[in-house]
Amino acid sequence: MNENIMKKKGMWYCCEYLPSLMETPSLHPTGASRINRQTTIMSAHVMHGAAVVHMGKTFAEKVLAKKAGVSEVVPGQIVTVKPDHLLTHDNTAAIIGKIGPELDEYGIVNPELPVIVIDHVVPAASEKTAANHKKIREFVKQFGITHFFDAGTGICHQVVFERGLALPGMVVLGSDSHTCSYGAVGAFASGIDRTEAAALMLTGETWLKVPESIKITLEGTVGPMVSAKDVILHIIGDIGADGANYCSVEFHGNLASLSIEERFTMANMGVEMGAKVAVFPVDDITRRFLDSRVDRTSYEAVWADEEALYRRELRYDLSGIEPEVACPHRVDNVKPVGEVAGIEIDQCFIGTCTNGRLSDLRVAAEILKGKTIAKHTRLIVLPASREVFHAALREGIIEILSRAGGMILPPGCGPCLGAHQGVLAPGERCLSTANRNFRGRMGCREAEIYLASPATVAASALTGVITDPREVGT
Amino acid sequence: MRVWRYGDDINTDQLFPGKYTYTCATPEEIKPHLLEDLDPSFASEVREGDIIIAGKNFGCGSSREQPVVGLRAAGIRAIIAESFARIFYRAAINQGLILIECPGAVHAYREGDEILLDVERGELSVGGKRFTFPPLPEEILAIRRAGGLLPYTREKLREKRKSQE
Repeated sequence: MNENIMKKKGMWYCCEYLPSLMETPSLHPTGASRINRQTTIMSAHVMHGAAVVHMGKTFAEKVLAKKAGVSEVVPGQIVTVKPDHLLTHDNTAAIIGKIGPELDEYGIVNPELPVIVIDHVVPAASEKTAANHKKIREFVKQFGITHFFDAGTGICHQVVFERGLALPGMVVLGSDSHTCSYGAVGAFASGIDRTEAAALMLTGETWLKVPESIKITLEGTVGPMVSAKDVILHIIGDIGADGANYCSVEFHGNLASLSIEERFTMANMGVEMGAKVAVFPVDDITRRFLDSRVDRTSYEAVWADEEALYRRELRYDLSGIEPEVACPHRVDNVKPVGEVAGIEIDQCFIGTCTNGRLSDLRVAAEILKGKTIAKHTRLIVLPASREVFHAALREGIIEILSRAGGMILPPGCGPCLGAHQGVLAPGERCLSTANRNFRGRMGCREAEIYLASPATVAASALTGVITDPREVGT
Repeated sequence: MRVWRYGDDINTDQLFPGKYTYTCATPEEIKPHLLEDLDPSFASEVREGDIIIAGKNFGCGSSREQPVVGLRAAGIRAIIAESFARIFYRAAINQGLILIECPGAVHAYREGDEILLDVERGELSVGGKRFTFPPLPEEILAIRRAGGLLPYTREKLREKRKSQE
């Protein structure tokens, strides 16, 4: 690794990964859903180290070339880009704390660059978090930040998505690892750290390494009670927590059956396999979603060429995928629900930026309508935004879930990262629709977190044990 | 110098629990909680000049930078791993924490081995076995040389202002 560095035409090409040219085909232990084709191709540009051969380009190569203002880029190349938006949330307080004197002297580079959403600890859980929120509001006022959303609007990624602030072909960076969610609408979106967000507030530009790409082709459609969450858990279980490290993951194939919300769920979890971005092409589903938010002339879709070269190509037959559960304490510790059915659950959690949208709450309500959750189990429901909450209210979903025994929380991130609300006790188990099940994630080192789809969590809330949603009548 | 040895896929929740993310930001606030859910002895026993050796995908998960800020403040000389998660890798560059991706060195290490490190020359010796690792691209070395991304950004802003005067 890191061996293939060469300087050419005044640009650095550094290939951090030199995978073997062919990998052994493998079948996933859960069944035949993985089609037996797994080819690793190193980009010819880098492999030969000779003249740059013009050939098809990946999504990442095209977006970054455009943003860097050059005709083409190759994987490993470092480019300087000006992102279209910079997402920050409650960590804005720490970010501006790093650059106080510079903000006084130089100001913010562009008040339309940041998208600031207060969502991680809302409503404030302590004097300290309240003071942080206050500091953010004062900053927003002082610098006339255009895109500010106060506590209660929603989880940042859902808000960006709903407000049309991430659009096809955009580069969006955010000081949150799940910024990759906006690949659902064809944006190049990726997480960065707070310090980099601070520098971006001042300069508006940063460096990015052009990633290699992985092509994932989806075939067929999922069966009843199987959802996009199961698909992405299945893929992560297959390729591992670092299976797409540093890479741009492109989803190809039969995508017409995946709604924009389902695509969001899948792109959201891209980082759980290490991806830099996880992206879908722009099609009628994307355009219909965006039509109510922005004018079609306000974005330009970018997609990979047919003959683009990939580090790896994978195919999955969706019809073979079962409801999946990621078991403690790794997101890639994925098993079909049948293997873990019957495990007692203390708390069920439906929500988060992964699965707190209307379609998620709707499927939970279908399962729980007119029923009550098991006596020894708690159910937490957290709509991802006020918009989702209102839509769910209109459809009667909130009442169904509340009558079933659910506690309805305001939109926010608290339970997912153990900041507040829904913290677990030692020895407890939670079945959650979130994206991470790391040890200590929900505030307690001695607790266990299992991840699943909203259907599986709702079905399990009814029985109090992990339950296959296909076995529960609706 | 002590070597702290950890496995694959060490995530940032293990390096610094999420429940403190919005209450601890300074190195002093962060240090007592470093690796709290991974190795409870670490925070009290880590010393200036210590090295961490880990498997693949070190630093995966959340984009929180407290692990990097805390490990740098605790005096960690370098983290040598088979691979790093990308946000953690960027955060380390931005804070001036040295990360070395060198699977050979990770596999070669045995408890008690002496580790010698020459970052400038890209050389590493583990128990007498020599390994090399490539230098970072020039653009990124410039950030490290400046002492991290914020000092680098301050320099750039000053230069820009000067050129406009």
